[in-house]
Formats: sequence, C-alpha cells, structure tokens
Amino acid sequence: MMQAREVGAEIPEIEVRIPSRAEWVALARLTVATVAARMHFNVDEIADLKLAVAEACTNAIQHARESDEIVITCRIYDDGMQVIIRDFGIGTEAERIRSRDLGEPRVGGLGVYLIRALMDEVEYSVESDSGTVLTMFKRLGDSNR
Amino acid sequence: MARVDINMQVRSANGSIAVVSLDGEIDVYTSPKVKDFIGKLIDKGTYTFAIDMQNVRYIDSTGLGVLIGGLKRVREHGGAVTLVSTNPQTRKIFDITGLIKVFDIYASVDEAVNALK
Repeated sequence: MMQAREVGAEIPEIEVRIPSRAEWVALARLTVATVAARMHFNVDEIADLKLAVAEACTNAIQHARESDEIVITCRIYDDGMQVIIRDFGIGTEAERIRSRDLGEPRVGGLGVYLIRALMDEVEYSVESDSGTVLTMFKRLGDSNR
Repeated sequence: MARVDINMQVRSANGSIAVVSLDGEIDVYTSPKVKDFIGKLIDKGTYTFAIDMQNVRYIDSTGLGVLIGGLKRVREHGGAVTLVSTNPQTRKIFDITGLIKVFDIYASVDEAVNALK
C-alpha cells in the first residue's frame, strides 16, 4: 500500500525520459543510482533501487505495446525516494503486474516479484488503453538520514 | 548512449566441461547475447557448464531467465550447470528469487568444475 505523500515545489523532483528500448534501460538505472547516492542511500540500497527500476523498465519494454517512451521520475523525501515509472502502452493488467510463484524454475516472471521484494512500497495503476504507472518507495535507513 | 556490454569467453575443463566466463552487466540489452552464446554451445553438444560470474557487476531477471533456460536445456540431456560468484548482490538476487536452491553457487572456478565431475 502506498503512503500518501506531499507533492510540489518543496519536493525535489528529477525526471528522465528514455526510448522504450533495451539499450536505454542502463541510463534509467544509472540516473536513479546517482540520485540515490546523493541522498546517501548505502551501497546495498542503491543496488536494490537500480534493480527495481531496471525491472520496471524491462517490464514496460516487454509488455507495453505501442509505447515509444518510458518516463522515470524520482522524488526526494526526507525519509526516502519515490520512483515513478510511467509507460504509455497497451497491455492487460494481468500480464503486467503478475508476480510469479517461486515454484518450478522457469524463464520470465521474476521482475515484478523482485520489485516487490526490493522496495518498501509498490503500487501499480494500469489503464488498458493509456499505459501503466508504477509508483514505488525506498526508505532511507535510519543511519543514512 | 548508456550502452552496457558483456564479454563472454569459453574454455574447456576436463574435456566435456565448458567454463564460460562472463564479464560485464547482464540486463535486458545484453542477456540475449548471453543466451545466444550459451545456446550455440548447447547446440554443439556441450551439456555441462561452470559459469564464472565473478566479473558480473550486475544481473537482473532477464539474466536469471537465461540461466534458467540454459539449465532446463542441458538437463534434458543429462547435463548440469554450476555458477561461480562471490558478489553479495548477485547472491542476494538468487536468494530472494529462490534460485539459490536451483543453482549451486561456488566461490571459485575450481570448486565449480570439481562439483561437475
């Protein structure tokens, strides 16, 4: 469940738009890692953020049909970072947000599971005809604030 | 462009065992290259792999998918895959996903190769 948070001029916001193609996912995760480092997230937390953002972008590339770009927004709060990943593709809710069952090993389906495991709050908003918004939040450890 | 890449090499150990060394980042852009590289080795009849990931700085679910796919293919031929990694983040991802129970992960190539004998 996503906690309601203040939005506006008081909240620093960094936004990057990437083409919805595999070779640009590295830019998204490096951007978020740079912001996270400035916020003094530790190395493990930055790795978690990088992976969650990459998984979200990969999910958008693989499932959001007819989406040309992905918008990544980082909002900086005192207690952590909110990351919003938005695409503009067509896709069903079921195929986009399904978290896999960790039973028999199989190819695919791990991305959403990892996002939910690595981030503190995760919320999907799927519109079948206008795209998907994934909002997630990573809390700063007490020692890092 | 923020292009990542992956370097891949293979050598033979004890005849039928292929030691595949991966160096770089494995993500949605590079994982098809890894899949193709390992797939071609399987096509040529190699079914036993020690995959050295000590120089893999980053892996995501697409990379895990390639490893799972390779494992399933070699098992159909009675083969096996062992992994080499000491990277805590890599191990964490295998742990979270439960793949730590599927793959045997060793701290050195020698250990990974010996486990396949």
